Amino acid sequence: MGILVVADHNNASLLGATANTVTAAQKIGGEITVLVAGSNCADAAAEAAKLNGVSKVLVADNAAYEHLLAENVSLLVAELGKDFTHVLAPATSNGKNILPRVAALLDVAQISEIIAVESADTFKRPIYAGNAIATIQSEDAIKVITVRATGFDAAAADGSASIEALASVQDAGKSAFVGAELAKSDRPELTAAKVIISGGRGMGNGENFELLNKVADKLGAAVGASRAAVDAGFVPNDMQVGQTGKIVAPELYIAVGISGAIQHLAGMKDSKVIVAINKDEEAPIFQVADYGLVADLFSALPELEGKL
Amino acid sequence: MKVLVAVKRVIDYNVKIRVKADNTDVDLTNVKMAMNPFCEIAVEEAVRLKEKGVATEIVVVSIGPKEAQEQLRTALALGADRAILVETADKVDSLGVAKILAKVVADEQPGLVIMGKQSIDSDNNQTGQMLGALTGMPQGTFASEVAVDGEKVSVTREIDGGLQTVALNLPAIVTTDLRLNEPRYASLPNIMKAKKKPLDVKTPADLGVDVASKVKTLKVEAPAARSAGIKVGSVDELVEKLKNEAKVI
Ligand SMILES: Cc1cc2nc3c(=O)[nH]c(=O)nc-3n(C[C@H](O)[C@H](O)[C@H](O)COP(=O)(O)OP(=O)(O)OC[C@H]3O[C@@H](n4cnc5c(N)ncnc54)[C@H](O)[C@@H]3O)c2cc1C
Ligand SMILES: Nc1ncnc2c1ncn2[C@@H]1O[C@H](COP(=O)(O)O)[C@@H](O)[C@H]1O
Repeated sequence: MGILVVADHNNASLLGATANTVTAAQKIGGEITVLVAGSNCADAAAEAAKLNGVSKVLVADNAAYEHLLAENVSLLVAELGKDFTHVLAPATSNGKNILPRVAALLDVAQISEIIAVESADTFKRPIYAGNAIATIQSEDAIKVITVRATGFDAAAADGSASIEALASVQDAGKSAFVGAELAKSDRPELTAAKVIISGGRGMGNGENFELLNKVADKLGAAVGASRAAVDAGFVPNDMQVGQTGKIVAPELYIAVGISGAIQHLAGMKDSKVIVAINKDEEAPIFQVADYGLVADLFSALPELEGKL
Repeated sequence: MKVLVAVKRVIDYNVKIRVKADNTDVDLTNVKMAMNPFCEIAVEEAVRLKEKGVATEIVVVSIGPKEAQEQLRTALALGADRAILVETADKVDSLGVAKILAKVVADEQPGLVIMGKQSIDSDNNQTGQMLGALTGMPQGTFASEVAVDGEKVSVTREIDGGLQTVALNLPAIVTTDLRLNEPRYASLPNIMKAKKKPLDVKTPADLGVDVASKVKTLKVEAPAARSAGIKVGSVDELVEKLKNEAKVI
């Protein structure tokens, strides 16, 4: 018995949200095992073994798991999951893709994106784009849960768990990886950044995001966007912050040319300090901003860059 | 190829919800309801596949109260051919919905199932993946592009780091993301025509599915409110406040 945490990683390293998921597991209580399913994923497994509170890391190293295809990984996790009371994964795109499949294979419900652990069977999670928080209790024998990283601190990397190789290979043979177009950036990753500056439709076009990039460089910030900016093709999809994009909670979030629709707020309103720059003083974003500047972004951004 | 589309009746995305005073749920009395936006994208994708000659028939299915017929009629007006309502007054969780859909899949034998990636009320993001597990079908979740090619479908997915393309054996499940397409509006003549299209009503019991959930909601609360901030008069003042008051830069 105990808790199984399904790691998210890119084989070479662990994705940050895995460490937050381990903290959620610690709050539930019980022995923590981390599964790293991948291909040539020894480095990711070594990182997992360092996470504080983890007693064992299981490594399933096989070509079938290289791209974390849900059809294959879910079979493995369901096979292992029978021996645990809880199966957790970070609510990343991989976690969201794999875990519901695991839950259905185990014939249990999934509890999505918990933000707090009340007890081993009771959790809090946002619903309706974060406009309500539900406390829910599960009577399922195995609790299958995805964890919202912003709800939990990252576990420290000062542990030393044992690492055990798994022989089981599960290949459903129904899906194949074809290719990926991954964003390359020297800036911090959105969900890990301490400071984020995001642009919306008000930016006008993709080139104007350079104005945000310059401020971001001064602040060591990540750059995000609203749905409208992504839909208009200004920036790629992985920059979208919101209910159906990335959920962030940095120390400082600067929203520029973003009106503040509830779907956008859902992704950033737990930030410690919020700044809004918008030329419309009635924009709803000002209702959640600690500091609001009513100004034209095309003059405010260069000035801000100059003064930092 | 037959395409099955699952649509859910939810609160309209523009409505600001309120939590009930007794903290049992959100208050949905007299609130505007609509088709889940991701399901609109799913219907649109199916209609485009039919327009391209890839899909031959579009069946839409919803699990929910009697009123969910409205959303099914909307889907019919947008181009679906027939509809199935699995009527129940109970709240069915994603596993229950997936079990019902698995029965419908067994009856209808679609080549492709298109669903939304997420309901905007429960924010679950589960049902398509669960249906995949129950039927053994592969899944292309969070799709921004779908191309059917013979016995396979190629799906481009919006993932954390960018985009990923997978090839899936048919029959398969696709769940839609925002960039897949821009849904059309139903025209008045098509709304009129939709009234005559077939809409079958069944119950979970007819399908032999037990939808009892092991998860119960103990409490629903409003989130912690942010205290109102201030307006600054200039960029200088903003920088000063961020440095000396908030101490975040
Ligand atoms: C199912 C669903 C899911 C969604 N998910 C998300 C999500 O995850 N994330 C998200 O962001 N949205 C999401 N949305 C969309 C959301 O409802 C809004 O449409 C979107 O957030 C608006 O983006 P915006 O604020 O950039 O654009 P707008 O609402 O058009 O606002 C632009 C703002 O820029 C200001 N502006 C214009 N020019 C200037 C200037 N020169 N200087 C200063 N200010 C200027 C304007 O005053 C305005 O306030 C979703 C919607 C649906 C239906
Ligand atoms: N009650 C329902 N009836 C029909 N389809 C549903 C229902 N619930 C969920 N779905 C489908 O599953 C998708 C994802 O929902 P969820 O997993 O609840 O976030 C929705 O966009 C629908 O396509």
